[in-house]
Amino acid sequence: MSMITVKNLKKSFGDHEVLKDINAVIEEKEVVCVIGPSGSGKSTFLRCLNKLEDITAGEVVVHGHTITDPKVNINKVRQEVGMVFQHFNLFPHKTVLENITIAPMKVKGADKKAAVDKAMDLLEKVGLKDKAKSYPNQLSGGQKQRVAIARALAMDPKVLLFDEPTSALDPEVVGDVLAVMKQLAVEGMTMIVVTHEMGFAREVGDRVIFMDGGYIVEEDKPEALFGNPQHERTKSFLSKVL
Amino acid sequence: MDTIINAFPYLMDGLQTTLYIFVVAIILGFIIGLIVALFRLSPFKILNFIALVFVNAIRGTPFIVQLFFIYFGLNTLEFISLDRVPAGIITVAINAGAYFSEIIRAGIQSIDKGQTEAARSLGFTGGQNMRFIVLPQAFRRMLPAITNQAIISLKDTSLLSIIGIADIMQRGQVQASATFDPLNVWLIVGIIYFVIIYLLSLLASYAERRFDIK
Repeated sequence: MSMITVKNLKKSFGDHEVLKDINAVIEEKEVVCVIGPSGSGKSTFLRCLNKLEDITAGEVVVHGHTITDPKVNINKVRQEVGMVFQHFNLFPHKTVLENITIAPMKVKGADKKAAVDKAMDLLEKVGLKDKAKSYPNQLSGGQKQRVAIARALAMDPKVLLFDEPTSALDPEVVGDVLAVMKQLAVEGMTMIVVTHEMGFAREVGDRVIFMDGGYIVEEDKPEALFGNPQHERTKSFLSKVL
Repeated sequence: MDTIINAFPYLMDGLQTTLYIFVVAIILGFIIGLIVALFRLSPFKILNFIALVFVNAIRGTPFIVQLFFIYFGLNTLEFISLDRVPAGIITVAINAGAYFSEIIRAGIQSIDKGQTEAARSLGFTGGQNMRFIVLPQAFRRMLPAITNQAIISLKDTSLLSIIGIADIMQRGQVQASATFDPLNVWLIVGIIYFVIIYLLSLLASYAERRFDIK
């Protein structure tokens, strides 16, 4: 069974159609990188996968749940779909530890001891165990994003969505965040990554999707898409960013 | 000096009534304000409309008119019988509630959308998001404006003396005419109000520091 199946997805903001007809399948344990110029609809596409955007038309099935069906409880499905944002969106009134434990405790009803133990393990994994008692505003951007990844992982998601996770970071800390993501990929996490990091897409991605103008123009294994792009638009985009 | 010594216990008695009305009314007012704010932000048009009418009706009329409407007006209805103090508490609560609702609405709207998106992406329901993520942050930002409104409401309670509530204001009037020394009586009443409000603002700035986001 595929992790995510998208059929004829359309999304409009008012009269403006951002996603025109998207079809995609993401398999379990696959790492898919979505690239494309700004305004191509790649972030909107990602945000439709956990229904942060209302879906105008089409069908999206995530881990067996048809989220486009209004009868499906989206809050349940979102527990299985972690998301990491460009601007981290950590909760500034909570400590790092509380940022990670609040969802398991309040949403899943986990007990505090178990949630804290798990959070400390996750902090160790992202290399920030010593920051548990800090507040988000005391962290650097790279540290914030690693906490955000730990926060998403605390819900034991089946799939992780990354929305330009390194775009708001200073260049020297991008590597720390990418290293954590790479580790997750190696461990078999299913990931969809909207990114401008072509190096990451090439090295870690199992597949790269190139989007432009609300369509998926081309998708392929990274070496094929970067090495031998088929479409003019892909070629012209890659010639500008590589 | 004699005036002060004789009037003081009597005035303190009135202060108790003032503070009792203030505390109860401000708590009720905050609850009203929160509900009305959530109405204002609700996706349901009818709730927006109710909230908008309420806020504009209260904001657009003087406090004293509201007080007279509730105490003298509503009491003419057969099925309503309101004593002075409950009528006073209701008026202050409703009045403060309308202003609080605008403060709370603005506070909620000032919180970055990304906070809600992060919470919802983790599986929080809309209600849990409000309770655990948005309101605690919004509350910190609202504190100065809430303090301001609380102080205004405390001073508004002095108007309740008009319907015969024995608050510190009414006690002051009695003392001023009984002692023939309005100068000193009103000076004392003024000082008492000042001290209470000063303590209230100290409490508020303590709360602001206590809840400050590090």
